[in-house]
Amino acid sequence: MIPIIEFKDYTYKYRAQVEPTLWNINLSIYPGEKILIVGPSGSGKSTLAHCINGLVPFSYPGESTGSLTIKGVNPAEKGIFGMSKIVGTVLQDTDGQFIGLTVAEDIAFALENDMVPQDEMFRKVDGVADVVDVKKLLNHAPNALSGGQKQRVCMAGVMIDDVDILLFDEPLANLDPATGKRAINLIDQIQKGKNTTIVIIEHRLEDALYRDVDRIIVVGEGRIVADMRPEDLLVTDILNQQGIREPLYITALKHAGCELQASSSPQHIESMDLEPYKEKMQNWYRNAEMPEEKKIKEPALEIMDLDFAYVYGDPILQNIRFQINKGEMISVVGKNGAGKSTLSNLICGFIDPDKGSILLNGSDIAEKSIKERGESIGLVMQNPNQMISKPMVYDEVALGLTVRGVPQEEIRERVYETLKICGLYPFRNWPISALSFGQKKRVTIASILVMDPNVIILDEPTAGQDYRHYTEIMEFLKKLNQERGITILMITHDMHLMLEYTDRAIVIADGQLIADDKPANVLTNEKKSEKAYLKKTSLYDLALRCDLPDPSMFVECFIHYERQHAANRMRGSVDYDKEQEKGQEKNQNKDRMAYSDEYQDEKDKTAEEVAR
Amino acid sequence: MARILTYTEKNTWIHRLSGVTKLLFFLSWSVVGMLTYDTRVLLTMLVISLIIFKISKTEWKQIGTVFKFILLFLLLNLLTVFVFSPYEGTKIYGTKTVLCQLVGNYAITKEQLFYELNIMFKYFTVIPIVLMFIVTTNPSEFAASLNHIGVSYKVGYAVAIALRYVPDVQSDFNKIKHAQEARGIEMSGKASLKSRIKSMASIIFPLIFSSMDRIDVVSNAMELRGFGKNKKRTWYSGKALQRNDYLTIGFVIVFCIAALFITFRDGSRFYNPFL
Amino acid sequence: MKQKFGIKEVVAIGIGTALFVVLTNVQIPFGIIPNTALQSRVAILTFFAAVFGPVVGGAIGLIGHALGDALFYGGVWWSWVFPDAVFGILVGIFASKYAIKEGGFGKKAIILFNVIQVVANAIAWILVAPVLDILIYAEPTDKVFIQGALAFIGNIIVSGVLGTLIAAAYSKVGAKSSSLTKE
Repeated sequence: MIPIIEFKDYTYKYRAQVEPTLWNINLSIYPGEKILIVGPSGSGKSTLAHCINGLVPFSYPGESTGSLTIKGVNPAEKGIFGMSKIVGTVLQDTDGQFIGLTVAEDIAFALENDMVPQDEMFRKVDGVADVVDVKKLLNHAPNALSGGQKQRVCMAGVMIDDVDILLFDEPLANLDPATGKRAINLIDQIQKGKNTTIVIIEHRLEDALYRDVDRIIVVGEGRIVADMRPEDLLVTDILNQQGIREPLYITALKHAGCELQASSSPQHIESMDLEPYKEKMQNWYRNAEMPEEKKIKEPALEIMDLDFAYVYGDPILQNIRFQINKGEMISVVGKNGAGKSTLSNLICGFIDPDKGSILLNGSDIAEKSIKERGESIGLVMQNPNQMISKPMVYDEVALGLTVRGVPQEEIRERVYETLKICGLYPFRNWPISALSFGQKKRVTIASILVMDPNVIILDEPTAGQDYRHYTEIMEFLKKLNQERGITILMITHDMHLMLEYTDRAIVIADGQLIADDKPANVLTNEKKSEKAYLKKTSLYDLALRCDLPDPSMFVECFIHYERQHAANRMRGSVDYDKEQEKGQEKNQNKDRMAYSDEYQDEKDKTAEEVAR
Repeated sequence: MARILTYTEKNTWIHRLSGVTKLLFFLSWSVVGMLTYDTRVLLTMLVISLIIFKISKTEWKQIGTVFKFILLFLLLNLLTVFVFSPYEGTKIYGTKTVLCQLVGNYAITKEQLFYELNIMFKYFTVIPIVLMFIVTTNPSEFAASLNHIGVSYKVGYAVAIALRYVPDVQSDFNKIKHAQEARGIEMSGKASLKSRIKSMASIIFPLIFSSMDRIDVVSNAMELRGFGKNKKRTWYSGKALQRNDYLTIGFVIVFCIAALFITFRDGSRFYNPFL
Repeated sequence: MKQKFGIKEVVAIGIGTALFVVLTNVQIPFGIIPNTALQSRVAILTFFAAVFGPVVGGAIGLIGHALGDALFYGGVWWSWVFPDAVFGILVGIFASKYAIKEGGFGKKAIILFNVIQVVANAIAWILVAPVLDILIYAEPTDKVFIQGALAFIGNIIVSGVLGTLIAAAYSKVGAKSSSLTKE
């Protein structure tokens, strides 16, 4: 068979960069195959995708050597418009891709540009909308849709061209776990139904593997590190070396000393042959260390029977009651739109509850203004770019103190101290635009921390971050929590985060609090996780299938073990950071490449500007 | 923030008209409303506007907030005109009939009252049509309509993108404002001018910078789906012109020509009842 | 100077207009004379015109003002719509000279930018707006020129302070940062 995508000794260098981003790529993808491409941020996986859809070299110019053919043609000759008939791309940012005013118009967008007559458009849009199950939503505006629905509309919008290849750029990044599962399922159905070639770029490997893929391509530092069937890849150590998170049950099996074999099909926990590993697993559990119980301290924040509705009779939150103790690190979880953000808006005083009260250190804060609450409760937004309003690091962190009229001397002292805690002191006189995404995130945390709050609320602190950055941010927060005793509340739909880093999870579904429990208990409770659009952890299945008693205790033990492990790894990556920093001094530009995708984007931008 | 006007789906013949017709109507109505100062023409237009407004079944709650604002604005404007130029009417109409002497050089004259009444009519002839246009025209149709009356489809689509992202930008704006408020930036009207400019900056900076990122994503997404490929494009939500559309367009053209003819027949745009 | 009208320009007009419309109501009033205030949306217009050029600037001024007026105030005051378009075009004509995206927004460019914004504001608000007010609405000469002058003052403050600061900050994104060292 002739490959539909074929890279031969392909090397690509962006015009604005000194070194190639892709080195000597040899890759063949055959019609009807389903391929998963994984790799850490900055590994070149996005560039690889851009080569396939034609954004490279047209939007991001540069030079290439070797050859690339897609369906027999060279994208560089065919142009972006030509490529769009062969390759359909679903971007990570569905708000950016959804450009129509309604669902139907967005799906029809490509047809409109092709000057297809209206009645033919109506017919085609109806057909595709049916495939992705959005037919009932055709007249809806994008802001009336959930994240999952928007993504399905985006899929329909590229499938309408009858493309041969569908390219998904991190399809799971903005979805809650259950919706993500549904998306992977839909992609699978499309591939099977239409025999479309599927290329998925994703670093959430375990979730992406929910349905079978033919091969996994691992990209690291611009080269292809592995090109294997999933069962072959999972038994190796390649993923760990590349900083990609393995499925949790695989890590657990490896910790227990099991020598995994490809023949036991480790790609799905439900169907994996666990017989050879059962005993080792049971042994490990018997000797596992139990995590210590945190002692209950006095409450920092008490939420008492909160009710809230934007429109009378249509409650967003009902009867929410829980408390957060001093020094705790807890997560608020639930599906997109369940009312999690409303809860944090209520706590910060952006909106007022219809009923109920909020106590901070035992006293009601109903009468306090947003500004007054801000002194004890700090809010860190999901997107750091939406918080940063000063060009320089020092000024941004000092802002909260400056507007409160704190004397200059004291400001400098407190800002320097905070910057030191956050590892940003060396960058204090830098423009924020020169920092990586993770560093920017730390700047926003520092700008809150400097006000010495009792409680910090973080909205999706790790959204869109790869494993290394995820660990970096979370370990930093854990340090703040443990060493400074700051109470931390995180709003998230990342189950790994809640499982690994939080003492307790508050689960909200349809405006009701349905659980206030240890994360391990929540994620081993099928009913509750289903209701909250979470996904029960694969560790639970592992425990059940290995006949381990008390699966939720097993999950806790494993996480406890894994956390210590991660801390060790982190120490290793501190060295990595130092190396990076040295690099930064020498050659800021080169360092950007390796540091994160954010940098990649900036690079891309500059490259593009040069071109135009 | 004040409630802004939005399209509401209803089934009247005005709603069923094509966006092209309504846009043409709105534009020519505005032009005539701007040019004429002929009281007879203005009154006729006012009556027609009100009839059309009535037919479109627009409810008070759809436009109430905005309408109150317009009234306030109009009142202030009329007052300012009087303060700055109490004898503008005399200048225009050439006579001076004092009704009531006020302090100093100020007096209320018949001519001034008539002149300001005309200003008021000018606003009132156009306002119902603008309100009607916005609440009865599906925004999806707007870009297609612009394109149909000869505006480049790229500009038409730019307008569609604007309408698409207004709600997103609005919600970003609120999020940013809240977060900055929590950090201690005063947003109320009490602060000094300098610190109010500063707090304005603290919202606009993040808003612009995150929007610049969005421009890149959206243009990539559009390029990947073939925008700008051809000289023309078709529109999913464009509405073909039907009998009622042609009748309406015919009416507005005849009316506008007649209105302008009547207005300018005597060489002045003003109708002068004082001579 | 950018001559072509590509996808990026289309999107810049769209998003810029959305920002302009949303900020319609965000203003600091001064005085009691209607329609005069420090308008934050002027900062958006100035910045977009200075970065993307005259076509984008003019279009955002025209569409943004007309749409914002219509959506918020139920009427379109054309005599004040066109001056915004004129301002956008004038500031945009010299976009390549400011080199904001390329990171070249230094002292010289800042001075040029401010000279142009003051001149453009003067043409738009002291000339175009009052003249249109007189032609369209036959309003008293004194009144419209004073309103125009107030708008001129308000707008040069917003363009000068916010416009310059935003442009300078954005320019740093494109600047070469290899000279940065950690201390």
